[in-house]
Amino acid sequence: MSPSLPFSLGVVVFHTTSAAIKADKVLRQANLSTKLVPTPRHLSSDCGLAIRFSWTDLERIVGILQGNSVETAGYHEL
Amino acid sequence: MSSANTDKHLIYLDNAATSWPKPPEVAAAMAAYLAESGGNPGRSGHRLSIAAGRVVLEAREAVASLFNVDDPFRVIFTLNATHALNTALFGLLQPGDRAVTTAMEHNSIMRPLRELERRGVEVVVIPCDTAGFVDVDRFQHELAQGARVACFQHASNVSGTIQPLELLVTAARAAGSYTVVDAAQTAGVLPIDVTATDIDLLAFTGHKGLQGPPGTGGLVLGPSFDPETLQPLVRGGTGSRSEFEEHPNMLPDRFEAGTPNGVGLAGLAAAIDVLTKRTVRRVRAEEQDLTARLQLALAAIPGVRIYGPLDPSLRTAVLAIRIENVAQDEVGLILDEEFGVLTRVGLHCAPAAHRTLGTFPDGAVRLSLGYSTSPDDVDRTIEAIHHIATCAPHPPNGLDAVGKHLPSASEKPL
Ligand SMILES: Cc1ncc(COP(=O)(O)O)c(C=O)c1O
Repeated sequence: MSPSLPFSLGVVVFHTTSAAIKADKVLRQANLSTKLVPTPRHLSSDCGLAIRFSWTDLERIVGILQGNSVETAGYHEL
Repeated sequence: MSSANTDKHLIYLDNAATSWPKPPEVAAAMAAYLAESGGNPGRSGHRLSIAAGRVVLEAREAVASLFNVDDPFRVIFTLNATHALNTALFGLLQPGDRAVTTAMEHNSIMRPLRELERRGVEVVVIPCDTAGFVDVDRFQHELAQGARVACFQHASNVSGTIQPLELLVTAARAAGSYTVVDAAQTAGVLPIDVTATDIDLLAFTGHKGLQGPPGTGGLVLGPSFDPETLQPLVRGGTGSRSEFEEHPNMLPDRFEAGTPNGVGLAGLAAAIDVLTKRTVRRVRAEEQDLTARLQLALAAIPGVRIYGPLDPSLRTAVLAIRIENVAQDEVGLILDEEFGVLTRVGLHCAPAAHRTLGTFPDGAVRLSLGYSTSPDDVDRTIEAIHHIATCAPHPPNGLDAVGKHLPSASEKPL
């Protein structure tokens, strides 16, 4: 799969771990290759789980999470 | 299997206490959880923690869909209905507030309310008729005087009486009171739509009609209920906002502190899956038929008195009976030891209900059918009760002919 680097990654952070797990579920159902990861420490976040994704998918991800009423605490480019 | 249940022909009629046996899928899901997803849900970022978190979410979504709530995070998991009711009542009521309830309630409502009363909450108990139905006019009248909370059961664990839920919720809503509904006896037994009925707080338990394991239950927050009006009962670790020493406000964490019962919730999700496939409506139809059959046959046995509504559509699969001239605990013992019929005798944690029905303080024999009760189980129970009633030392109503006819346990009675 191309491209390799440079392409940027993003993370989306949440207020609760329940929201992170739900987000992971709906994104996987939409066949997006995202990954649940521990929240990077430099992003002061409410919850210990975040979702890492390819920044190029940002718009789709925002749409899917909003569409499924999953509340987020912010999107960050890494 | 333990020796207690190796006897063939065990007839389990204590489903109102807890359902048994559970569908095999429940044990399988619980074993799989322990073997494969045993991390602490939502606490750590590793795969086992995430796997456990997914199981908990699955259970939350299953409950949300069963009770028709859109947002699964409005399902708060608790240990049981008692824990959920305590969360609702202690979280809503302050000294000076008024709470309205009914004279059929289980102690899981009565005892928290009596404690709140001691702390300065005014508690109003609305009388019910001898079949267990609440006096709706009195209920409305008391609510009109102003009450922060209207708290009542959906159906009785003693007589099976189904209260007019929509009517009571509508009345409470019109009066501006919050509704707290005890669905311990009806979750999985009757269809419940939290959104359409517009219930504020619905308490359920996982180990009865839902066929799940003990240690599971919850409080469902209706769509128009503002979570900030409810103070949490327990505060502590949530895996979120760990940098703060104050408890978070986000759902479900606001009301869920401490490690959840992941293994139990795995079982609950599996149980609800089985139930949803079979459908609550079908389970209800089958149970109603069997209960009607039991009720009709028992009503024809001299010396047997049945409590609660006559109309089977107005009761769950719970029958309270008494046999004249026999001590009720003796009836329970004979049913168990001689006929393998397991019932519950006594006051069923509901002294108020027994006072209403006229069975306080001696109590009654409760027969509660369930998911796995067969027509044959019902027929054999009828035979057993017929036998006990007709063998009673003093034949009731002077029916000597009946008293002399002492059928053997294998003889068909009616
Ligand atoms: C009507 C009713 N309410 C509340 C409860 C409490 O349920 P649990 O013991 O699961 O908390 C029960 C059963 O025990 C019940 O029958």
